[in-house]
Amino acid sequence: MFVINCPYCGEREQSEFKAGGEAHIVRPKQPTELSDDQWAEYLFMRKNIKGIQYERWNHAHGCRKWFNMVRDTSNDKIKAVYKMGEEPPTE
Amino acid sequence: MKNKYSIFSLLKNALSYHENWEKAWKDPEPKKEYEAVIIGGGGHGLATAYYLAKKHNMKNIAVVEKGWIGGGNTGRNTTIIRSNYLWDASAGLYDHALKIWESLSQELNYNVMFSQRGVMNLAHNLQDVRDLKRRTHANRLNGIDAVYLNTEEVKKFCPIINTSQEIRYPVLGGTLQRRAGTARHDAVAWGYARGADKMGVDIIQNCEVKGIKRNGDCVEGIETTKGFIKTNKIGVVAAGHSSVIANMAGLKLPLESKPLQALVSEPVKPIIDTVVMSNAVHAYVSQSDKGELVIGAGTDDYISYSQKGSHDIVEGTLNAILELYPIFSRMRMLRQWGGIVDICPDASPIISKTSIKGLYFNCGWGTGGFKATPGSGDLFAHTIANDEPHKLNAAFNINRFVSGDLVDEHGAAAVAH
Amino acid sequence: MKKNLRVKSSKFIDETYRIAFKFNGIKYFGFKGDTLASALLANDIHLVGRSFKYHRPRGIMTAGSEEPNAIVQLHDNSSRTEPNVRATEVEIYEGLEASSQNCWPSVNFDIGGINNFLSPILPAGFYYKTFMWPASFWEKYEYFIRKSAGLGKSPTEPDPDIYEHRYIHCDVLVIGAGISGIIAAKISAKKGFKTLLVDESPYLGGSTISQNSEFFKLNNQTSGSWLEKEIHEIKKIDNLEIKTRTSVAAYHGYNFLLARENLTDHLPIENRKDKTRQRLLKIRAKKVITATGAIERPLIFNNNDRPGILLSSAIKKYADLFGVSCGEKNIFLTNNDSAYETAISLVQKGIKVEAIVDNREQVDSKLLFEIEKNNIKVFRGFTITDTFGYKRINKIQIMQLSKDGQKVIGSKTNLSCDCLGISGGWTPAIHLYTQSGGKLKFREEDQVFIPKNQSVDHLSVGSCNGDMTLNEIITNLLKDLKLFLDINDTGYENIEVLSCFNQSKRNIWLLPSDKNLGKTKPFVDYQNDATAKDIKLALREGFRSIEHVKRYTTTGMGTDQGKLGNMHALGIISETAGAKMDELGTTTFRPPYTPLTFGTIVGRNVGEFFDTFRKTPLHDWHVKNKAKFENVGQWKRAWYYPKINENMHQAVQRESKAARDSAGILDASTLGKIDIQGSDASEFLNRVYTNAWSKLAIGKCRYGLMLNEDGMVYDDGVTTRLEENHYIMTTTTGGAATVMSKLEDYLQTEWPELDVYLTSVTDQFATASVCGPNSKKIISKIFPNLDLSEENFPHMSFKNTKIGNISCRIMRISFTGELSFEINVQANYAKSIWEKCIEAGKEFNITPYGTETMHLLRAEKGFIIVGQDTDATMTPIDLQMDWIVSKKKYDFIGKRSLYRSDTIREDRKQLVGLLTENPKEVLEEGAQIVADIKKLPVEMLGHVTSSYYSPNLDKSIALGVVKGGKNLIGKKLIIPMEDKTINVTVADPVFLDKENKRLNA
Repeated sequence: MFVINCPYCGEREQSEFKAGGEAHIVRPKQPTELSDDQWAEYLFMRKNIKGIQYERWNHAHGCRKWFNMVRDTSNDKIKAVYKMGEEPPTE
Repeated sequence: MKNKYSIFSLLKNALSYHENWEKAWKDPEPKKEYEAVIIGGGGHGLATAYYLAKKHNMKNIAVVEKGWIGGGNTGRNTTIIRSNYLWDASAGLYDHALKIWESLSQELNYNVMFSQRGVMNLAHNLQDVRDLKRRTHANRLNGIDAVYLNTEEVKKFCPIINTSQEIRYPVLGGTLQRRAGTARHDAVAWGYARGADKMGVDIIQNCEVKGIKRNGDCVEGIETTKGFIKTNKIGVVAAGHSSVIANMAGLKLPLESKPLQALVSEPVKPIIDTVVMSNAVHAYVSQSDKGELVIGAGTDDYISYSQKGSHDIVEGTLNAILELYPIFSRMRMLRQWGGIVDICPDASPIISKTSIKGLYFNCGWGTGGFKATPGSGDLFAHTIANDEPHKLNAAFNINRFVSGDLVDEHGAAAVAH
Repeated sequence: MKKNLRVKSSKFIDETYRIAFKFNGIKYFGFKGDTLASALLANDIHLVGRSFKYHRPRGIMTAGSEEPNAIVQLHDNSSRTEPNVRATEVEIYEGLEASSQNCWPSVNFDIGGINNFLSPILPAGFYYKTFMWPASFWEKYEYFIRKSAGLGKSPTEPDPDIYEHRYIHCDVLVIGAGISGIIAAKISAKKGFKTLLVDESPYLGGSTISQNSEFFKLNNQTSGSWLEKEIHEIKKIDNLEIKTRTSVAAYHGYNFLLARENLTDHLPIENRKDKTRQRLLKIRAKKVITATGAIERPLIFNNNDRPGILLSSAIKKYADLFGVSCGEKNIFLTNNDSAYETAISLVQKGIKVEAIVDNREQVDSKLLFEIEKNNIKVFRGFTITDTFGYKRINKIQIMQLSKDGQKVIGSKTNLSCDCLGISGGWTPAIHLYTQSGGKLKFREEDQVFIPKNQSVDHLSVGSCNGDMTLNEIITNLLKDLKLFLDINDTGYENIEVLSCFNQSKRNIWLLPSDKNLGKTKPFVDYQNDATAKDIKLALREGFRSIEHVKRYTTTGMGTDQGKLGNMHALGIISETAGAKMDELGTTTFRPPYTPLTFGTIVGRNVGEFFDTFRKTPLHDWHVKNKAKFENVGQWKRAWYYPKINENMHQAVQRESKAARDSAGILDASTLGKIDIQGSDASEFLNRVYTNAWSKLAIGKCRYGLMLNEDGMVYDDGVTTRLEENHYIMTTTTGGAATVMSKLEDYLQTEWPELDVYLTSVTDQFATASVCGPNSKKIISKIFPNLDLSEENFPHMSFKNTKIGNISCRIMRISFTGELSFEINVQANYAKSIWEKCIEAGKEFNITPYGTETMHLLRAEKGFIIVGQDTDATMTPIDLQMDWIVSKKKYDFIGKRSLYRSDTIREDRKQLVGLLTENPKEVLEEGAQIVADIKKLPVEMLGHVTSSYYSPNLDKSIALGVVKGGKNLIGKKLIIPMEDKTINVTVADPVFLDKENKRLNA
């Protein structure tokens, strides 16, 4: 089980958190303008990366804040965490 | 078949100290070109190759496997087989598989130990009861054997379940599919490999796919750690790694790969002779022929390819096991492991062609793929050979995520996979 | 003919404290400090069990957790019996009863022994090749296979013992309290690190503690007595916690480890009462040092499994630690110096050593002189080709090894013995290291896998790191520890080490015999009866990967998880297939290291602690009034309130009638309540609900439907505008937490620009819902100052009011279709308000009703229950609730999904009412709906979602979803049950009061 460094609370056990899947998928501002294909792309299609992934986590049993994480999904090593709205770190 | 397996061949070979058994499958180097290549040497991939050769006369084909055959989810699952699914499309698919299971050992001349010891699904709240009754009615009308049991009948069928109504989530009833059961997972991979090999299929292990070569909208071959292999038809059956292969072809799939864990206890004499699944408190248990209690845990909520999950999930599962079977408290966990399961948003699989000609995907089986192995192989072979789905897998196309016609087993009922 | 095999008093055994125990029903004695194995050996008992497949007699082989053979059933009472317990780990206690497993009728005479004679036709994987005819017979074969498989027996009654969890956070965790672990822990603690030292055995010091030899010295003392002083010292260090009888089971990522601490298993039974049996330690360590030692390897030769054959190190441990001699005529077979050490130790205690058979031709160790001094015959360059004695070894046959070690040559010599010690060298215990993700490298010199690299948060020290001599151990330990802990000195800089171990070893994975391999039984995995032949057969049949061989032959899959034999399996594969060891790799070492009790993993989360009970503030009132409860999520909700002699149906009929005829009261406190504030609250609601909210006036309530982004109905409830920028939202009981999470998610991640604050207030408020034609009278009695007129307080509006000092929010909203008022108060006033309602309603026969009646009443009105009438495949259009989907709003969650090609289809399932032909017949919820029954499979149009007998309409009513249902009103359909078919007519889902007159009654 991971130790996650919540950007608001510091290091906490993984059991306090919930994962929220791939990050930086922005909800389309004008959904009605999209084709079914484009909408499905937003709704369901995922990179599901093996390797460095940018993903969302929620400190559900803590401050309840959502934040982003960079994690290597091949070995579960957490590389970085950053707040919602912040630019993802580059290496 | 030369070297047919039977008690007689065992006796005969005993005389020569078993030194004359043939290889169950060869270990060839890849040829330059194949009519079709299956990526992934698990049960589904090997079955696909078997049926391509057997039913569609495609014998110049290969299965390429990154590691060793049957080493992924085939060799890591809790081997539950059942077909009592709610939706017509799912029931059709899984019962097609179940029918093949019933004669698979004879078909393959390999004892896959399909044991129809019944699968029970328990209800723990009033909505569970409604959902399980709904499913039982649907099963009956689809010709699938399934009956609803009240609490006393549950207890009678599996006396070690704690059916006290005083527990936190008492057992209110359950369903039973008697034709359902378990099989020996490794034997399925090995049996299909041996069968496919005998028909000329090349099973190439330790061969990792590194790229998919495309010419416009058609596939031309695969780059592997054993060199380039030319082919016009690629069937991807890579389970947790499906997205990785898809990304090589420039496709995205509606999948997330997550850890799923399972564990076994030390072996004991027979104590539970059926399979019991409970979704509401999340505990599945059966007993293997060796005597180990085989227990399935749940998935973690994060994407991971590490084949490791969190301890909390295992602990939660055992909490539920002891809630339902307090007699198991002094039993001991012998082994615990994880697999990578590829999950679709509607918890149903994809057996489909794609926007790229010659590229086919069989994935998204989530936590329940083992039971479908023979049916999945058969239908995927049909889809690859004809470039069109069979009517039993038509509903499991990729396009359903665009049109909205999902096969939502997940949301539809308290059905554990 | 009982012999006393105690040879020498040992300080680990208290010979003044005699303990009686039973084995297979016979009473024996041992001493405090004995394990079951040492006590049995002291009583000259070697035959302990039968093997898994061939039921061969097996004895005690080791003295630790790697034991494959000596596993027993403890106790025979149905709740505390325990299968598969290693006799080598059980500390004896007064009242201990153990019995042999996997044998019938007894371990001495076991019918299953016939399998040994059938073994020629039972090679690895035989079951894959047979039992296929006739096809339907597998389950019959399987019945017998299952009966003969398994080892011990499961308990059949619940476990009366208590288990618990403890969380430990430390700077440094040291696993293993042998010499390396003790030194590492001492240095770490002395340098100020909060240190935890654990060891699986009851004492500290590992194998060194009993090392009394002149050949191994530290600062000119024997290593054993030097270590004893160290142990004495570390016990005084404050920031060092020491735990014995504590076995680390799993080493997960981020230095999270699980360990089992045994607390009572060694105590006399009467002293265990009310004590915790085992504790699961959940350890989070900044740094981990593994000092798990090494496990001695057996040797693989023909019939190497007989009782009386033990690891050389085990014989030494039994003699040194327990003062027990394993035999009176001892012989050793070895390929390295370890057996010499044991032999010397035995000789010093007066135990007779007949001979040492050494695979090596050259032995130049100092130990050899000591051996020869004692007139022990050493056969150099020899091996054992066979052993004899069915239930106890009595003779061995030896022959000379060829130069290449692949054959035996020369003549056969027989030697008699009653105990054979074997030593194939040492295997570093790298299990935990690999569990943590560490990679291994292969060291050719002594054919061992050792850790490839050390990481910043994990260090392997001592023999588990491949350091086999005392000198190496100390030197490398001090060097590595300095780097690992980032310290300048260790305090051991001046230690003097005398070490005389010779690492030379002649490693032959499978020792040759004069017989054809096919005729021999060289066991690799003792417990599972996998032999070298089986491994070669697997390779012959094309199984090449180590994992394939393991699975095909079941090597390494027993309760010992291959701690002894896995290396030999690898070695034999490597030799046979011509592959390099490090290319083959090992099989994955999966947790736990030693089996872990389910009860320990679960701890206190059993029974009433299995899951949280959520109770409303009115729970006690419901209990007092004899309510039956329903589980809804974690909540306990009052289901119905039966009067004496009333069944559920009667109670619900009575409650339903009362609510419509006069007055009813429901505890609605479980509904989720979310307080929404902020200047963008209205805009937020616009985005999350399907309907429009901007124009909702202050003081008004509105029903809302929430979708998932995929367009499917997700939750519903009434939201009230309390003030300009202040709403209170209600959700379903089960959906409250997920709705809250989902709203927070959108707010924080998609719409951070919105000025909105969400607070869950479900637990802060209690809700009493009073309904029925007399509800207004009741409310006016309680709130005399509140103007309940239609003009002032119309349907779908709310008022703030007070009783005394208690603030109340009263909503005039209705889920029953009756005139009704929901009183929301701070949770701690709930009981007082509720009782006021009951008191005020007495004259109107106010009737408390539960969830079942609530469901019935709302079904009469055709109101849906999300999760019962919907199932995550229903859009609002499918529910015929088009009216609630705003056409004007540009966007809301799920909107786009409603316009996909398959979600706009007319033939989707739609919510309808169903009326049975026979109005008395109540449909089964979940029953399927069809148009026609011809043959299987029948085309199903939908199913019954809700069904009740309505006392108010005096007929059966039901809701269901039917394909194209909205165009089928008035059509006849069929409900096919198992034993009959029921005719129904599709109807409008609103059965009662279509005009909504009752709302304003």
